[in-house]
Amino acid sequence: MLDLVGKRYYWFLLSILVIVPGMISLAIHGLRLGIDFTGGSLWELQMSRPVQPGEVRQVLAQHGIDDALVQTAADNVVLIRMRELKEGSSEKEQLSAALRDTFGDFTELRLESVGPTLGTAIRNRAVIAVTLTMLGILIYIAWAFRNTNNPFLYGIAAIIAMLHDVAVVVGIFSILGWLRGVEIDALFVTALLTVIGFSVHDTIVVFDRIRENYARRAAPTFEQIVNYSLVQTLVRSLNTSLTVVFTLLALYLLGGETIRTFVLALLIGIVSGTYSSIFNASQIVVVWENRELHRLFARLRRQHAPA
Amino acid sequence: MRVRPWQTFLFIVLLSLAAIWVDLPSQHLDPFGWKQNITVRQGLDLQGGIQLVLEARPPAGVTVTQEVLQGTRDTIERRVNGLGVSEPVVQTRGNTQILVELPGFQDPERAVRVLQRTALLEIIDTQGQFLPVGTVVNTSLGPASESAATPTPTSTGAATATPDATVTAAGSPVVDAATPVAPTATPETPPTTEPTGPVYETIITGADLADAYPTTDQFGNLVVGFELKPEAAEKFYQYTSSHIDQPMSIVVDKQVINTATIRDAIRDRGIIQRLNAQEVRDLALQLKSGALAVPLEVVQSRTVGPTLGQDSIQKSIVAGLVGLGLVALFMILYYRLPGFISVIALLLYASYVFALFKLIPVVLTLPGIAGFILSIGMAVDANVLIFARIREELRLGRPIARAIEEGFNHAWPSIRDSNISTMISCMILFWFGRYVGATIIQGFALTLFIGVAVSMFTAIVVTRTLLRLLLNRPLFRDLRWFGISPAQVAKAPTGAD
Repeated sequence: MLDLVGKRYYWFLLSILVIVPGMISLAIHGLRLGIDFTGGSLWELQMSRPVQPGEVRQVLAQHGIDDALVQTAADNVVLIRMRELKEGSSEKEQLSAALRDTFGDFTELRLESVGPTLGTAIRNRAVIAVTLTMLGILIYIAWAFRNTNNPFLYGIAAIIAMLHDVAVVVGIFSILGWLRGVEIDALFVTALLTVIGFSVHDTIVVFDRIRENYARRAAPTFEQIVNYSLVQTLVRSLNTSLTVVFTLLALYLLGGETIRTFVLALLIGIVSGTYSSIFNASQIVVVWENRELHRLFARLRRQHAPA
Repeated sequence: MRVRPWQTFLFIVLLSLAAIWVDLPSQHLDPFGWKQNITVRQGLDLQGGIQLVLEARPPAGVTVTQEVLQGTRDTIERRVNGLGVSEPVVQTRGNTQILVELPGFQDPERAVRVLQRTALLEIIDTQGQFLPVGTVVNTSLGPASESAATPTPTSTGAATATPDATVTAAGSPVVDAATPVAPTATPETPPTTEPTGPVYETIITGADLADAYPTTDQFGNLVVGFELKPEAAEKFYQYTSSHIDQPMSIVVDKQVINTATIRDAIRDRGIIQRLNAQEVRDLALQLKSGALAVPLEVVQSRTVGPTLGQDSIQKSIVAGLVGLGLVALFMILYYRLPGFISVIALLLYASYVFALFKLIPVVLTLPGIAGFILSIGMAVDANVLIFARIREELRLGRPIARAIEEGFNHAWPSIRDSNISTMISCMILFWFGRYVGATIIQGFALTLFIGVAVSMFTAIVVTRTLLRLLLNRPLFRDLRWFGISPAQVAKAPTGAD
């Protein structure tokens, strides 16, 4: 039989190799926060002729906005990121008039404005939402596994797997923010919470097998029971992830620009979630049940003990 | 009493027909017009429109209670209805905010102008003075600063008047910088007149109006006409009959918009002149809806043009179909006959979910569509779990009927536990969405929740019944239908666990 549990420290190492660069990037560059969190405006206009970002910046600068980010896209679309531009304000009227004077008529595709105080509130809520989700799931798992000899162990192992997925997604998005200017918005938080849900979904299926095989004493040692359960559920885990990845890939490639970042976060998270439920969550349970950390510490203490 | 598989099958057929009937656009198969009100509700990001978050900015020393906020919300709702938007959303959020969504509305300037203005109407006794239009006054209803904190344009085209900080307690010279006593004035708009003058008596307020509407005066000019409630009309008659040939001013948000000389006793109706067409339309709507109990400021807004959304819908539908096709192909290739059954179950699943979206109704947003497509993946998962179990049982040499039942029983705890954990995150998302992007994120949470709930139903009821019915036919007894070769089956079938 395939030995997945025996190689557990290699799996942990692989996770660390993926997470660490992201965490380093997070420590140095942080996340590129979008207007949902920082406050500000996102103004998308469709001009009647091709326009250079520099020209738009020049017009904006003439009206006292010198820190605007201007991007152009297909179909003469111009995307402007700037400090809060209030809907219905005289400032917006003046800017629109100035742009019209310079570039001719345009269609306003969208304007999103978030006040600065609201941004902070949203940031706090996002953290609370992620924490609450984890707590809710921990409690549910502890309840669902109440008949095992260590219900909270399963809950905690699932949470660690979740944190793993959050770290992978956040880390990769920190790198993407740094390299490609990808911004984090409220939808990113939505994706993160969905990934958390999915990761646990996957983890529970494996745990459920362990619970069942343990009750039947399907193998002599706990380690073997976990390995047996993993092998049994491996195909299912991969198949499920594959079907979700199919649908997400279709959305990513064909679904349009507006939700591409959102779908990418889901895609990364779901691949990571599948990995962590097979190669991390159950392995953590084994590490704990074998008291391996205990032994590690004992060995370290012996080595450092005075002769 | 045990329900037979064919009875369940009949139920599934009826349910599916009903769902498909709901799914079809309303003009199809609808002789009695039952479906007329059942439509797909599109969110702002799909059909375009405006979303505003208004925050109460009460004058210093005033706290906004839930009742005040609720009253303000009701006023906003009346104004929104006056704008002629179908299916608007107006809800309070937290203790100080009101969320407004105007799907399909494409004039953000007007939306802000109409909704944000306090629109407190007063008719004041000017004590014989002829107050010029644009004058900011104090009235017996309260000093100018309390309700005119939001600058509003007026007909005169004069600079918007926001009064300077009016110190309410004039006797105390102590200035405490940390606690401003009144809202500060916007520096670039100096007030037309210092509102520190006399306090004029308010005779009639906006609350006394029975109706307000755009109309024309005797010269054909567009004006706002208003009617007074009976008791106010009596008071107005008393006042106007005793002040003939004296001036009287109409004030909105403490700023004079009309001053006229009383020629005759007036009882129950009047007009407000010297406004342009747009102002007449807006003011009539505002007066009819009533004044805001507290000044509001726009703290968040989203305006989406209609073209962006339509493009997104097209792309999402294509993506959804391609995704569904890939999943179907994979399931059939890997799981053979059960895979085919699960594809049928998936199609039924999609029809149920879409019917529920229409019936509840769920506001469909772009992330909502993504949530739906994601839930297809989760619906497949339930089937995958069951089939994997059935295969295991078959490999152990169990008869097909027994293997199906055992497979379902063993798969159920996993399906239940994993779906409940997804539902927990959906509920928290829903709460988070209420605070952040409103319907955008809430739509996602709701669609995913419904999707997961319905997927449990289709896996447990639909897939199971179809399997039971089909597999009792001798034609399907061959294990190759399940993608298992006879060599893989354990030699000695175990009777019991």
